[in-house]
Amino acid sequence: MEDDIRELYQEVILDHGKNPRNFRHPEDATCEANGNNPLCGDKLTVFVKVGANDDIEDAAFEGRGCAISVASASMMTNIVIGKKVAQADELFDIFHKMCMGEDVGEPPKEFEDDIDKLMVLSGVKQFPMRVKCATLAWHTMNAAVHGKEASTSE
Amino acid sequence: MMTGANLSRKEEPDFRYDVSAIRADFPALSLEINGHPLAFLDSGASAQKPVHVLERMDRAYRSEYANVHRGAYTLSQLATESYENARATVASFMNAKTPDEIIFTRNVTEAINLVAYSYGRKFLSAGDEIIISHMEHHANIVPWQLLRDAIGIEIKIAPIDDAGNFLMDEFKKLIGSRTKLIAITQISNVLGTIVPIKEIVNLAHEAGAHVLIDGAQGICHHGVDVQDLDAEFYVFTGHKLYGPTGIGVLWGKLDLLNEMPPYQGGGDMIENVTFEKSTYREAPARFEAGTPPIVEAIGLAAAIDYVSSIGLANIAAHENSVLAYATNKLSQVKGLKIIGQADRKAGIISFELKGAHPHDIGTIVDSKGVAIRAGHHCAQPLMERYGVAATARASLGMYSNSDDIDQLVDALNYVKEIFD
Repeated sequence: MEDDIRELYQEVILDHGKNPRNFRHPEDATCEANGNNPLCGDKLTVFVKVGANDDIEDAAFEGRGCAISVASASMMTNIVIGKKVAQADELFDIFHKMCMGEDVGEPPKEFEDDIDKLMVLSGVKQFPMRVKCATLAWHTMNAAVHGKEASTSE
Repeated sequence: MMTGANLSRKEEPDFRYDVSAIRADFPALSLEINGHPLAFLDSGASAQKPVHVLERMDRAYRSEYANVHRGAYTLSQLATESYENARATVASFMNAKTPDEIIFTRNVTEAINLVAYSYGRKFLSAGDEIIISHMEHHANIVPWQLLRDAIGIEIKIAPIDDAGNFLMDEFKKLIGSRTKLIAITQISNVLGTIVPIKEIVNLAHEAGAHVLIDGAQGICHHGVDVQDLDAEFYVFTGHKLYGPTGIGVLWGKLDLLNEMPPYQGGGDMIENVTFEKSTYREAPARFEAGTPPIVEAIGLAAAIDYVSSIGLANIAAHENSVLAYATNKLSQVKGLKIIGQADRKAGIISFELKGAHPHDIGTIVDSKGVAIRAGHHCAQPLMERYGVAATARASLGMYSNSDDIDQLVDALNYVKEIFD
């Protein structure tokens, strides 16, 4: 169990949790969504700037949450900048499966590096109550780019 | 035992009873969680159950079970007797005038919704005012908001100070000619504040207002004498009082209950039904539509018998010792801030730990066998009051001891190790 805890709270997660990247409100965002976890009261707002050809030109977030949810939002925004919306959707699907401990099969070659990075968050699969923390930012981004108003990780 | 090194040099609190004998009555307390002995510090959310309750319910299902108030056969009579005896046990525990004043509900939430719906629509109208406090549980906020939206009453909020003390002078200023009901908690589930409910009832009555007391936390730490308190309604739930889930209690003054319309319609609550019109029985049957939680009520009575055999005053004294021990120990954890330091407090300690979110604390201390609550505790307006989204909370029960607290403190040091 303590190994599981150490695996969950790896240095890289603690670092993203303490010093989140892209923690800001870009004025030129084309869409945003609020995500909340009603069980704990954690709240995130994700901002995305989608340009021509569905390119994600910028992604950022604000809000408050636990180390896992903040680290996940931080890493997510880093990863999706420069991707297309459809690629972000695909990564969300893979990431969600990783967090649930499901088989992700052979992931596409183009995502190899991203999935390596996201793998550090897959430690949540040992903590079913915390999966929502890891996926909240992704649900919220999904709501933003697809024009849904609000999101919960319920 | 991870606390072994500490045991010899720690100062033992002045316990009122042999807590190890009590712990032996609760099977769950001997569980091992993640390789550590369970330190269960979430009794404020729901308490563990003594073997007396488990065995009593088992016996009820095995040898006294049938539906109640219906059958003309022996088993149904037995079940009815046990169910109605449970009502009498609850009545005597609260010093109600008669068991007819005891209405079984699912929980506190349902009991308050019942009053808001039934009493609220009968006795309140647009422009009337209800006063609640800033430290109410959502169960004592949202039902009144539903009523407000339905009939146009106003809700006023009695403030607290930063320590969590109920501000009596501010409360007095809120009471006016339109005040009809004061709905307030006996003990805050987040801050542990003991609210001066007797004084509130007196003030309310001087102003001609009624009072509902949310005893969810109060019943297990202090109990109640409803005749002495003289409020109009008192509600509590079984599962925090070492009884089963699915059983709550609404106590109300009988005259008032019998003036209130039914909350739910169905079987068992009627006098006579035709397709044109139905007439209803008096309390408590009027408010117990359908098959009630029979065995849960019997289990609650067993829990009350168990609690009474130890004595609520002894339990309160014991919990106060552990509370003082815990407050002292936790205050020594660097970066830890206790939220809720009212002058009169029960065994509930909410806290923040610098640099660690409550959910991370909850997960990490669990890996050391410590069960605490992390979150907003169904009291979001109160969280806002303190500018936090969530807190970690340790809450005590009659079986809590200094080992639990030591184990918590060790686990919190482990949290700090990870985050520092």
